[in-house]
Amino acid sequence: MNTRMTAERQQFTVSMRLLHWLMAAMVLTMLGIGVAMVSSLASYHGLLSMHRPLGILILLLVVIRYMNRRFSSLPPFPATMSSRERLAASASELLLYTLLFVQPLVGWGMLSAARYPIVLYGSLHLFPILPHSDMLYAVLRKTHTVLAYLLFLTFIAHFGAVLFHTLIVRDGMLDRMAPWRVRAG
Amino acid sequence: MPSEPTRSTEKQSAPLTRRSRLGRLAGIGVVLLSVAGAFLYLGGWLTPHALTPARFVDAFERVNGIHSGFRRNHAKGVGVSGFFESNGQGTRLSKAVVFRTGRVPVIGRFSFGGSNPYVADAPGTIRGFGLLFWLPDGEEWRTAMINLPVFPFSTPQGFYDNLVASQPDPTTGKPDPGKMAALLARHPETVEAMKIIKSHPASSGFDNATYNSLNAFRFIDAGGKSIFVRWSMVPVQPFVAANTAPPAQGDKNYLFDALIASVHERPLQWHLVITVGQPGDVTGNPSIPWPDGREQVDVGILTLDSIDSDDTSPARDINFDPLILPVGMAPSDDPVLNARSPVYSQSFTRRAGEAKTPGAITPPEVRK
Repeated sequence: MNTRMTAERQQFTVSMRLLHWLMAAMVLTMLGIGVAMVSSLASYHGLLSMHRPLGILILLLVVIRYMNRRFSSLPPFPATMSSRERLAASASELLLYTLLFVQPLVGWGMLSAARYPIVLYGSLHLFPILPHSDMLYAVLRKTHTVLAYLLFLTFIAHFGAVLFHTLIVRDGMLDRMAPWRVRAG
Repeated sequence: MPSEPTRSTEKQSAPLTRRSRLGRLAGIGVVLLSVAGAFLYLGGWLTPHALTPARFVDAFERVNGIHSGFRRNHAKGVGVSGFFESNGQGTRLSKAVVFRTGRVPVIGRFSFGGSNPYVADAPGTIRGFGLLFWLPDGEEWRTAMINLPVFPFSTPQGFYDNLVASQPDPTTGKPDPGKMAALLARHPETVEAMKIIKSHPASSGFDNATYNSLNAFRFIDAGGKSIFVRWSMVPVQPFVAANTAPPAQGDKNYLFDALIASVHERPLQWHLVITVGQPGDVTGNPSIPWPDGREQVDVGILTLDSIDSDDTSPARDINFDPLILPVGMAPSDDPVLNARSPVYSQSFTRRAGEAKTPGAITPPEVRK
């Protein structure tokens, strides 16, 4: 996205790291809530009541995070990464950003098409973004599931790649995003 | 995204031994599999026999077949609309906007229980009434009531077991009496509830039936005080006991036709009556009635002045999910109530994506 950098930057900026870990926790929670609520008879309502506001918060945060990334300097890829790995890393990052932006919109859109009230908290609710159409709802509802699985698999690939680089290649990959400060090596 | 420049400085460590490399790889594998396992566990994939919304609706489809585009239960119905006029009495029970003095528009749907959208009308069949109140600030209250005084099952499992036991035997075309007897032996609460249901004679039509919330809900007032309630729509139209003789000329829609004719004649009205529970009243079991003598508050009058076929009414594509509640109302601990929401949602999702088949009551039949 942005190739500006300072030669000594070892880590993403504090705000980027903060947003990364905050959203990582939120997105994992959301994926867990999502699969749990659709298979639960007892907790569906309670979980759904959390799912809607958390989803909208993720939508807001991903926009802020994207803008923040656009205007921040980035640490370089470790030299251990081949050009193919770098391409894969950049592509998966783009995919994650896209999924985090599209998935809440699909959720909002599908509730709109089903003519459900889009309640965030108490009487605070969002306006519908699509007309009432049950066929549209059915398509978006299926899309929401497929995107959730794709998001989960992309997360597993991302997590696995970082673990591999950090523990096997030992190139300090995790340091770039570590929540703590890592001193220049 | 263009790739970032390479980091110039590089930390070098001693190479990993083969053994420690394998150990670390195995560790990574265990971590990733644990995360995936937790995801599968939460999604119910590791407990294939637990009752889920999907398995509940699967049972409806297995027992009754799939009728494309129709609700998996309460398939046969008509849409109605009108308004609810609150008298303000409800504001001391709940801060919900619907109880402030004034009028809000409603849309609703009368139906017969069961998955067959072309079932012949019969007064003994469960009658359902789904209702959606459009509140002025964009909030909604949805409720789905039936004309039984209590629900025959105390848990989702009891309902599910009954559904499975009621599957017609392929040779006789009727449910296996042995299975039903075994079910009742396992669910004595159903036997008790059936006695109460039998002691309440059914009314002659949709228009003079009382429709009950069955489940308990919580009402929260402006001061934050919470009480348990149940509610009923009590008809202004006088009660007439159902005639059990079959209709003339075998008219399969005679009860719906009577409803259509009465709406065309004059608007139909119901009192919304809230029954206030006392400490100790059972709130988590819809098969048990509350004792007589509980305070009842008449909070306003529902008027229905328009009727439409399922094919043309917007009510067809509304999910009357009983847990879509405005501020001032909340679910109770009733497991049946809490299960209704996800099961309705599952049924709604499946039918929404199916091709629509014309319903039993045609648009011209509603206009005549």
